[in-house]
Amino acid sequence: MMGTIFGIPPQALFGQLLLGLINGSFYALLSLGLAVIFGMLNVINFAHGALYMMGAFVAWLLLNQLGIGYWWALLVAPLIVGAFGVVLEKTLLSRLYKLDHLYGLLLTFGLALIVEGAFRHQYGVSGQPYPIPAELSGGRNLGFMFLPNYRGWVVVASLIVCIGTWIAIEKTKLGAYLRAATENPVLVQAFGINVPRMVTLTYAFGVALAGLAGVLAAPIYQVSPLMGSHLIIVVFAVVVIGGMGSILGAVLTGYGLGLLEGLTKVFYPEASNIVVFVIMAVVLMVKPAGLFGRER
Amino acid sequence: MSLHSQSSGRASAQAAGGPATVGLTLAKVGALVVLAALLAVPFLLYPVFLMKVLCFALFACAFNLLIGFGGLLSFGHAAFFGSAAYVTAHAVKEWGWSPELGVLLGTLAGAVLGLLFGMIAIRRQGIYFAMITLALSQMVYFLALQLPFTHGEDGIQAVPRGVLFGLFDLHNPLAMYYTVLGVFLIGFAIIWRTVHSPFGQVLKAIRENEARAISLGYRTDRYKLLAFVLSASLAGLAGGTKAIVFQLATLTDVTWQMSGEVVLMTLLGGMGTLTGPVIGAALVVTLENYLAATSLPVPVVIGCIFVACVLVFRRGIAGEIAARFGNQKQGS
Repeated sequence: MMGTIFGIPPQALFGQLLLGLINGSFYALLSLGLAVIFGMLNVINFAHGALYMMGAFVAWLLLNQLGIGYWWALLVAPLIVGAFGVVLEKTLLSRLYKLDHLYGLLLTFGLALIVEGAFRHQYGVSGQPYPIPAELSGGRNLGFMFLPNYRGWVVVASLIVCIGTWIAIEKTKLGAYLRAATENPVLVQAFGINVPRMVTLTYAFGVALAGLAGVLAAPIYQVSPLMGSHLIIVVFAVVVIGGMGSILGAVLTGYGLGLLEGLTKVFYPEASNIVVFVIMAVVLMVKPAGLFGRER
Repeated sequence: MSLHSQSSGRASAQAAGGPATVGLTLAKVGALVVLAALLAVPFLLYPVFLMKVLCFALFACAFNLLIGFGGLLSFGHAAFFGSAAYVTAHAVKEWGWSPELGVLLGTLAGAVLGLLFGMIAIRRQGIYFAMITLALSQMVYFLALQLPFTHGEDGIQAVPRGVLFGLFDLHNPLAMYYTVLGVFLIGFAIIWRTVHSPFGQVLKAIRENEARAISLGYRTDRYKLLAFVLSASLAGLAGGTKAIVFQLATLTDVTWQMSGEVVLMTLLGGMGTLTGPVIGAALVVTLENYLAATSLPVPVVIGCIFVACVLVFRRGIAGEIAARFGNQKQGS
């Protein structure tokens, strides 16, 4: 075929880039949820990784206990995770808004331990396989590489969700309320908008995104109680690099870092686990507010 | 706004004269009683358990120096604790160093790592600071997983305890216990001294209002960095000692769960109090010992305590006691 690119067979290079793009899709979906939640609640949702895992597990349980397949799970699992989010926000998080933001982080850290510990207790640490839906099995030859259909679908789906969320927040009336309430909740409340309910729904939406990411991830990675616990830390680094300021920034940084991680796997595999953290350190030295962030 | 507002009462009570002197002597007597108890307790309880409590108590005190007195929530303190454990274990086992030099080198490793982390992390505040320290410590976790000298999943096992100063054979449980007690008391004394020094006062000022401290001419970044390095060194001291006690350095010591555990110990005991982290560490270690014998999932219980502390018990045990029985503090 084409020979090699920088001494690397193109199959391997594109294969890793695709893997990077897939990882980037999950980074983007998760950091998008984190950014939306942080914007409205000023809470860094440490439980995000656990709720992502929960989404995957709900899909797996739906399939194995009730025989409900992937496409319905794609709708139902985020709703269940979102509903769980409503309960969490109403009963626990809402008590902390007047306190230092760090308490929100500590509370959600505790929640992450509980959710992960409970699933681990129930299902053990070994991963459960989740089959790729029949419609998306197989793959296609793109000439320069082989693309499994399901992976292509994940990239497309996450792009649609990210762009859709961005449009909803930046271009619609509801999004305008949301942004206004982020800037000045008291004033927006005075205009007759139910801000506490908006806060609850924002949290539910953010964690539903995590649940959706979990369902998307289920056929690619094994469904395991620990699948979110490392991911959430990488996503934190992504959020620090991108800066919490903009939705678009969170998404772009997510994809970009996923690709960069894929490239590292090709050229220097030993560093692929830490490259995101190294980049975070460099960005902090050069531009502490993050690539897309505003200095507050 | 900061996480806590205790520990400001003591100084004012001292200035008040009469009753304060009584309080002070009472405190001295109390300290002596506690010290006597610490000396006697290995005859009553299992020394390994006590040494574990002391190591974690020092670790929690080191962490508390940063959050309780500097207002900086580090979510990556396991990196210092665990790296120091690895360095100490390696120096003692592979190079045949004596335990005191091994622990010293581990402490130094904690300090150097603290300097590196600190320079990066203090560029942001609050939540970002927590996330950055967490991410950096995860990097250390991966390094520990991949570097040859840490032996990956196995860790460094069968570390010889050695002979302290060439005099005391640490394989004797009592000698080991009193050594750990000595290390803990030194660490605690350093923290006590720091908190009550002008440096500690400036730290508290930064915690309460950083912009104001800057306007008063303090170079707050330097204070924060120094506090960070000091805290990391003491965490390293705790980690190195732990490696000698348990003759083991493993990946568990560098995980984010470990960082979370030390946060919990401090939160439960009382952030910003001197004795709180010690109480918290003792409780959490006891609880984990107890839970290990039951079928209850440890992380779930720990998580529930976390949530309960954050929701209804933010002052922690020592903070709650100080608020109810101790000196009345001004304001809230």
